[in-house]
Amino acid sequence: MPHKVSFPQFGDYWIPFEHLVTRGLEAEYVVPPPMTKRTLELGGKYSPDTACAPFKYTLGSLIEALEAGADLLVETGGACRLGYYGELQEQILRDLGYSFEFVNLAGANYSKPLTLLPFLKKINPHYSLPRFAMAGLAAAKMVDGMDAVDDFVRKNIGFEREAGAFEAARADFFRELRAAADRKEVSAALSRCLERMKKIPTDKPERPYRIGVVGEYYTIMDPFSNHNLEWELAKKGMVIERWMNLSGNRLEPAKKVREKIRRYTKYNMGVTCMSTIDCALTCAKKGYDGIIHVKSFGCTPENDAIPVLQNISRDYKIPVLYLSFDLQTGEEGLSTRLEAFYDMVVMRKRAWS
Amino acid sequence: MKIGIPRALLYHYYGPLWEAFFRALDCEVVLSAPTTKATVERGSRRSIDEACLSSKIYMGHAEELLDRCDALFVPRMADEREGIMCSKFEALYDLTENTFRDRRPALVDFEIDRRAKKGERKAFVSLGKKLGKGRLASNLAYFSALRAFEEDRSRRAAALEDSLNADKFKFLVLAHPYVIFDDYVGRPLVELIRAQGAEPVFGCDADFASCLQASYRLTESLPWSFSRALCGAAVLYANRVDGIVLVSAFPCGPDSLVNEILIRRVRNRPILQLTLDAQDGTAGAETRLESFADIIRMRREAGHER
Repeated sequence: MPHKVSFPQFGDYWIPFEHLVTRGLEAEYVVPPPMTKRTLELGGKYSPDTACAPFKYTLGSLIEALEAGADLLVETGGACRLGYYGELQEQILRDLGYSFEFVNLAGANYSKPLTLLPFLKKINPHYSLPRFAMAGLAAAKMVDGMDAVDDFVRKNIGFEREAGAFEAARADFFRELRAAADRKEVSAALSRCLERMKKIPTDKPERPYRIGVVGEYYTIMDPFSNHNLEWELAKKGMVIERWMNLSGNRLEPAKKVREKIRRYTKYNMGVTCMSTIDCALTCAKKGYDGIIHVKSFGCTPENDAIPVLQNISRDYKIPVLYLSFDLQTGEEGLSTRLEAFYDMVVMRKRAWS
Repeated sequence: MKIGIPRALLYHYYGPLWEAFFRALDCEVVLSAPTTKATVERGSRRSIDEACLSSKIYMGHAEELLDRCDALFVPRMADEREGIMCSKFEALYDLTENTFRDRRPALVDFEIDRRAKKGERKAFVSLGKKLGKGRLASNLAYFSALRAFEEDRSRRAAALEDSLNADKFKFLVLAHPYVIFDDYVGRPLVELIRAQGAEPVFGCDADFASCLQASYRLTESLPWSFSRALCGAAVLYANRVDGIVLVSAFPCGPDSLVNEILIRRVRNRPILQLTLDAQDGTAGAETRLESFADIIRMRREAGHER
């Protein structure tokens, strides 16, 4: 019997994960249910109080995956607290009485793909490496494609003539991705989607409001965690630019980043700090209308980036909205702050022109 | 040359090493005064709300020293032996620089990042150079400082052994040295433990290497070196104490997960978890510590074999 594998919800990236597991490892993939208030309640209830919100979201999602029938859970490693999620989440789930196998990728090094091999064996002892490599290429292409499509949507959805046109194109693309058998089909679906989106009629002013979104890895990429703030703002008629994504193909290499932000930092401040600062500085230099800094409450590296962002904000006179998310973040409070930020951006621009 | 060292964060661990190094190079060392309420308030004003208490305290100390020294010593430390540091210590130099940019602070620094082949000796020698000293003098200063540091560590390890043998009931205190040895937040709790007739056993004073080794019996993938050493202390000493007290600064990233692992895996001793923040100080913690001590005293009197 093949394993029923699952991984915590993380934006829409379950699509390439599913492809990797089903096509690459010939196991079953249990798509965790879309996150809801219940996911948060479960995660919040069984997590330590001061753990960061992504820990709670992913724990809640793992519980829901187990309820949906998963018998093998995968958790990733990372450079911050994320590096210890796996071991603690496994312990919490065992203490709750679930029985399952656990693959903790904290022991692997993603920049050396060979270190992944022993972990794949745990998922399917008889997996075929060539087959996995093929699926890996297709999944990587999916991630690139999803990131490209989302980038396009963020920049244009605020100006569509017919409400829902971009969302529909995006949804069709994701459906096609799920059915795609290999890299070629992924590429074809991507071209179709980009073509279709380019034809969607928009009323984009010559110089639209431009907002850059920077910040912490999980919260910035998971629309459920950040209450879909990008689309909410975009739909007020703004171009939303975000460089951080799973493929990482919009971020510049670390060495170059260090050089660019030398005026503000001498050393690498750790984890995602450098790209947060670099992207914020890019917004400032390119004359964006504002920056939104997104993170979960208590995220140490992103907290430490804030004094630097404050200095950039002073030097370039660019407004920054600092948003810190936890399980108590309410829809209304957030909407009010986004509303106020939007009004301020509009008034500033009127005053300048 | 007057070098200022904030009496905060890793000063509470590496202080003897740093001070001895600067003194061996004929620098005068100026320490900030022990933490008071005013230090916390000053640091809080210079920090974002969400920064951890220990980071706020650091900024309070740093600000106090800005006008009192020629250069403020702020190291960047990315890792230590078998693991990484909390990213606070990677960011500390640039965090301090950006926080006090309006005061144009003169900072001296070094960088320890073993993964990038920047070890401790190299860091100290480059620091010596920045102070205008030669390679040989810097090397000698480093080795004599290392001796002073190791003496301090073995003194502490011996004191820990004495505590473990004390004829009293004992609490293993698991906390970062900059929390528990801080005069404003940690010391009052230590005094309170003593006032309850108990002996505090400081996990962070134990031999680092043996703790790291023992820690693998408790946790496999823990990335932070200092947290790993505290877990090792729990493995080595839990059986020799009556209770365990976890003391954390709010909101400590590593502790938020590590304390939970300790609570779930160290099952043979009662554990009390205390979290200290800038608003409440130790007020709430004191009450909880007193009742924890009461419970353990009663258990002992009722003849519980620990």
